[in-house]
Amino acid sequence: MKVHEYQAKSLLQKFGVTIPRGEVTDNADEAREIAKRLGGRVVVKAQIHAGGRGKGGGVKVAKSADEAYDLAKSILGMTLVTHQTGPEGKRVRKVMIEEALDIDRELYLGITLDRGISRPVMMASKFGGMEIEEVAAKDAAAIVKEPLDPSLGMFPFQARKLAFSLGLSGDAYKKALQFLPALFRAYVETDASLAEINPLVVTKSGNVLALDAKMNFDDNALFRHPDIKEMRDVTEEDPLEVEASKFGLNYIKLDGNVGCMVNGAGLAMGTMDIIKLYGGEPANFLDVGGGASEEQVKNAFRIILSDRNVRAVLINIFGGIMRCDIIANGVVAAVKEMGLEIPVVVRLEGTNVDEGKKILRESGLKITPAEDLADAAEKVTASVKGAR
Amino acid sequence: MAIWVGKETRLLVQGLTGREGSFHALACREYGTQVVAGVTPGKGGTIHEGIPVFDTVEQAVAKTGADASMIFVPPPFAADAIAEAAAAGVALVVCITEGIPVNDMIRVKDALAGAKTPEGRSVRLIGPNCPGIITPGECKIGIMPGRIHRPGKVGVISRSGTLTYEAVFQLTQLGLGQSTCVGIGGDPVNGTNFIDVLSAFRDDPGTDAVILIGEIGGMAEEEAACWIAGNMRDKPVVAFIAGQTAPPGRRMGHAGAIVSGGRGTAADKMKALEEAGITVVKSPAELGRTMQARLAG
Repeated sequence: MKVHEYQAKSLLQKFGVTIPRGEVTDNADEAREIAKRLGGRVVVKAQIHAGGRGKGGGVKVAKSADEAYDLAKSILGMTLVTHQTGPEGKRVRKVMIEEALDIDRELYLGITLDRGISRPVMMASKFGGMEIEEVAAKDAAAIVKEPLDPSLGMFPFQARKLAFSLGLSGDAYKKALQFLPALFRAYVETDASLAEINPLVVTKSGNVLALDAKMNFDDNALFRHPDIKEMRDVTEEDPLEVEASKFGLNYIKLDGNVGCMVNGAGLAMGTMDIIKLYGGEPANFLDVGGGASEEQVKNAFRIILSDRNVRAVLINIFGGIMRCDIIANGVVAAVKEMGLEIPVVVRLEGTNVDEGKKILRESGLKITPAEDLADAAEKVTASVKGAR
Repeated sequence: MAIWVGKETRLLVQGLTGREGSFHALACREYGTQVVAGVTPGKGGTIHEGIPVFDTVEQAVAKTGADASMIFVPPPFAADAIAEAAAAGVALVVCITEGIPVNDMIRVKDALAGAKTPEGRSVRLIGPNCPGIITPGECKIGIMPGRIHRPGKVGVISRSGTLTYEAVFQLTQLGLGQSTCVGIGGDPVNGTNFIDVLSAFRDDPGTDAVILIGEIGGMAEEEAACWIAGNMRDKPVVAFIAGQTAPPGRRMGHAGAIVSGGRGTAADKMKALEEAGITVVKSPAELGRTMQARLAG
């Protein structure tokens, strides 16, 4: 799960991570008041779930509270397009008003899981404010990596090593020795999957602060963090994906026109791949899961059909736990409710396959059966081409 | 011959009395697996579907001599269940549960590292978030449909569940049986990795060839490719990588299936596998036939 910068900062602050003074708002009048409280010279920052906000025009410096009002007015409601939002961009609903700092240096800090060693790793680089992938591509040695143990926490020697690698000294060095373990503690205790401070800034007076903050969280651990779960902003997500999540369905919208309903994540990806191989474009990833009910299947089918780009649907089920008759009943129920104007190709295999096929056959619905995976992909892509 | 499980395996089921645990434990027993015990804290001393239930794994092992465990405990408690099985010295722990927090798995891996069986061997975890392991005709530990399998000489390793069934089904239809099929699971932190299974298949005289099914995310397939190139040139390997069409930055169902920071793409993995002399198929429908051709040729 993703959260906004202001939410990430509020969480980090609880663990002792130093952040600039600031507040969030959804209206320009309040932005002016916040700017006054912060002394006038502030930064106005659009809050959306995507990076590259500065380049997209979503981060601006105001010299006075009135200018903060003007900037907030222009940024709020704008559609911000960055390299991470896609061409359609994202609408800005909130802005953060933050004190402007006298920045001496911009650095980078990030923590994420290193799957190779099954441990979190903290990455530090002197090149802050840039995409870390770009830094890595140019010079891998510019990033120092320190593997960490969540049970033991960060040892002081690890913090010293990272602080030295960032070229810190004096007050900034001392501040970093507080900052780095605090950031790791926040990462572990919130069950984050990513904590990125880019840039980490050193001010002219030697203070060390998180100028920006990005945190993602392990969805599987949200059950023990109700406060974080509440931070979810569904307006940042695709409406169909939000709808699917209500029914416990794993759905991701894509750009193609062949809707897919599959059981199992691997087979769902494999089905998308084979559609593409036969010259089609998948409209979505959808895993109905291992133990879906008729109701879930019905909703899954409804969600696929409510994507206006979909010109045909491929249902590919290999029933291990999932029973084919449940799938068939769900599909029939959905079609009876919403009607069906596009071709549907169904490939069923596994548990109760004969009952499933029988239900579909006797439903009287126009459904094309497929022999196997390749046959299904061929038939569904052909039907899309024929419809053009 | 096969790897890790066979007729002699004695299975206990953690979470036996739950709906899922009960359903699959019975399916395993029906397949021929010796299901000797169940563990549900608080239900010790009862009998569930003819299977004795114990309060702790330690008691179950002491009374029944179980040497493998299948876990169906809900995600918040599953890591604890793995640790309990490991502490009791169960040689093979198969965790089916999906949705265990990553931090829990990191901690449990530490617990596993120090665990030993009564014979002093290390404890193996398969999964979590996996279909399990099956030696066709002998022993099924997991949720895969038993009837699609057939005894034979092709080993199967996979990060995915249903995609494994797809591959096995194709093999069986072509008359190609399987030695053992291992689903290592779709999570970013898991117990057994590709190389663990590959090295067991290399040393198994009952395995002549291997099907490897990977997916986007992480570097496990690249590491497996490198290992095969250096250690297993004599047994043919056919591979498929799911997620060739997956957009970067999106988690494709499995917690581990995500392309991030430009790493873990299907294209990179397919290239690494091909460079190691492995036959990589672009279509999951071609796994069976391609294996048949490799074995013939």
